[in-house]
Amino acid sequence: MTAVVGSRPSLRGAWVVAGREIRDQLRDWRILAPIVLLTLFFPMLMNFTARTAIDFVNRYGAPIIAERLIPFLLMVVGFFPISISLVIALETFAGERERLSLEPLLATPLSNAELYLGKMLASLATPLAAAYLGIGVYLSGLVTRLGWTPPPVLLLEVFALTTVQAIVMVAGAVVISSLTTSVRAANLLASFIIIPVAQLIIGESLIMFWGRYHVLWWIILALFLIGALLVRSGLQLFDREELLSREMDALDFRWAWRTFRAAFLGGARSLAEWYAGLFRMTVPKLGTCLAILAVALAAGYFVGLRFAAQWPMPADMLDFEDVRATLGANFESFGLLSGTGWLWVFSNNVRAILLASLVGAFTFGVLAVVLLMTPVGIVGYFAGNLAAVGEPAALYLAGLVLPHALLEVPAAIFAGAAILRLGLVAVSPAGGRSLGTSWLSALAEWARVMLGIVVPLLAAAAAIEVFLTPRIALLVLPGG
Amino acid sequence: MIQAEDLGKDFDGFRAVDNVSLEVHAGEVVALLGPNGAGKTTTVRMLASLLRPSRGRATVAGFDVVESPLDVRRRIGLLTEHHGLYTRMRAVDYLEFFGRAHGLPRQVIRQRAATWMATFDLAEAEGRRLGEYSKGMRQKLALVRALLHDPPVLLLDEPTSAMDPASAHQVRRNIQLLRSEQRALVICTHNLLEAEALADRIAIIRAGRLIAVGTSGELKRRFLGEPLMELRLAQDVDGAASLLPAGVQAAGAGSDWLRYHTSQPEVVNPQVLHALARAGVRVVTLAPVQRTLEEVYLMAVGSPPEAVT
Repeated sequence: MTAVVGSRPSLRGAWVVAGREIRDQLRDWRILAPIVLLTLFFPMLMNFTARTAIDFVNRYGAPIIAERLIPFLLMVVGFFPISISLVIALETFAGERERLSLEPLLATPLSNAELYLGKMLASLATPLAAAYLGIGVYLSGLVTRLGWTPPPVLLLEVFALTTVQAIVMVAGAVVISSLTTSVRAANLLASFIIIPVAQLIIGESLIMFWGRYHVLWWIILALFLIGALLVRSGLQLFDREELLSREMDALDFRWAWRTFRAAFLGGARSLAEWYAGLFRMTVPKLGTCLAILAVALAAGYFVGLRFAAQWPMPADMLDFEDVRATLGANFESFGLLSGTGWLWVFSNNVRAILLASLVGAFTFGVLAVVLLMTPVGIVGYFAGNLAAVGEPAALYLAGLVLPHALLEVPAAIFAGAAILRLGLVAVSPAGGRSLGTSWLSALAEWARVMLGIVVPLLAAAAAIEVFLTPRIALLVLPGG
Repeated sequence: MIQAEDLGKDFDGFRAVDNVSLEVHAGEVVALLGPNGAGKTTTVRMLASLLRPSRGRATVAGFDVVESPLDVRRRIGLLTEHHGLYTRMRAVDYLEFFGRAHGLPRQVIRQRAATWMATFDLAEAEGRRLGEYSKGMRQKLALVRALLHDPPVLLLDEPTSAMDPASAHQVRRNIQLLRSEQRALVICTHNLLEAEALADRIAIIRAGRLIAVGTSGELKRRFLGEPLMELRLAQDVDGAASLLPAGVQAAGAGSDWLRYHTSQPEVVNPQVLHALARAGVRVVTLAPVQRTLEEVYLMAVGSPPEAVT
């Protein structure tokens, strides 16, 4: 018996895991065959397609199509092999569970991070190598047959795009694989990755045919951030106990309802206790998210102002003669100063918040923040335009926006903070609690904030917007 | 080497293990017995830092299973219930992978792998893919994997369940060898003969609770009473039980047989023989009734064996 040498968690362990997996993949003809096909045959086919297309479009004097087709095919040649990474990644933990080989692996002194990163590296390495090789085969054909060499920046973009797309798909798939009990279940859940990635590829294709290659850098940046969030989420959610002890992926509605209900009620026995709990327990948890939202909305306003300076509205749209009469007519045509107007404004705002919640839940809260920044940005944009033509922007804001914004903006900040927290739970669930429990508790807290704070504020704001703001606007705005 | 205090584990409201306290010393083998679903595997997984205890605490080789899981895993060799080998790998590659996962240098891995493969008669199969291995070979290889990093603590779940008698004997012999090297071993098994042969102490677990711990003899005394003696008489005797000396109670009697319990057979047996001889009763045999661990186990888990006559 010897003392066992201690080793700190490091990339060494991840390489040990990855090395074994990669060797295993290279012995599996079901993985090798498509990779070889996509690495050698498919790029040659694309090469042939590119040459044929160029000949064809040149005959009809439309060389621009060929110019755009070649880089597009470059991206496609890189993407096809990395699609295999999804299959490998979905199999990582769920497959080991099915083959009953997981427990010995989990019993090694490899840290959670080493196991997770090792599986990720293993899922990435072979398909990415195949993708780079495929791009190389495609390019060598273009260089030798057509004499076409890509601009270095474009080539860099395609390599970066291929890499970050693979990272995002693999990071998401490994998270799914570590949270499911079977490969079948993991494959079913993979649609949460496949559908957005398919949409993304369509978008990238449009951008490439449009020729706005610089936009791809923003996509690369966004994908990089999403990939980083997914990796963090995977590391946070990776749990040996969950992997070993989960027996089935059954939906337990009763448990879900009990968990949600307990968190929603917070032990309150009356409405007063519930409200007290809301401000004593839930709101303090939102502190950081509230600050982020306040800063984000302020930033939205300044972005709007900046946009106004860069892209001002056409002068003929800024006609302020007899603005009071126009406003009055507009107020009536929008149904303001009436009960139906209140309902319309209120339901519209609630719908916007619900939409933001929905998209926020699946984007770690990011899209929700962007959505909530948008109306503030629009206000900023109009304020900037007004100021640019010498109109008293502050007066317009005070007359048209401020009265109801005093309640609407806090409502948006509270709603956004609750959504952000809900989205961030996936990245960082509460210590010792499962993802399901953490997410349901965050959902209950979101519901508490919505029902206790946001909806009453929006209802009051809608009333002000419909009945009070128009009157104030008519009173304070110039031209009367 | 292993200390568990009031260890408990709940899964979604189901209490899988409750208040398990157990000590296993260096150079000791403890067999964990219990029906399927009793909580043996869950207990072992908690000791291996694979599951977090819901209650209580445990230390393995001086490290807390919750606070220092990596240190614990470095010091245990775990033979899991399902061996789940990577079937496309060769044995040498498989062992190298686990050796490297434990941070061992390649040279050491090769040397130890060769030694243990030879010990378990797997040397000739070291280059074969694991998918070609028989069940018994797979189990032996899994055992080699658990021993490769030379751990001071071994947690073995059904170490011989898939083996032929010769291989099982070989493994049992090596378990005794490992004990003599001052390792602490916990063996989960349904093979009661094996448990009795190997274990210094036996722990019986039922419905998540440890209901008995002790040596085989202690458990037999506790569940089946003091050692049971049986007399076979040469002739039919009416009321033979009344011939027993004072202080010795008959545990059963027939026309030509008699049973009694005694904690001191070396003192009581001569007294009984003397009393019977004085009464003119000839005795054919006097021998202890063989009581098996199976009887103890069945009594302990609540399915008492049918009366033996």
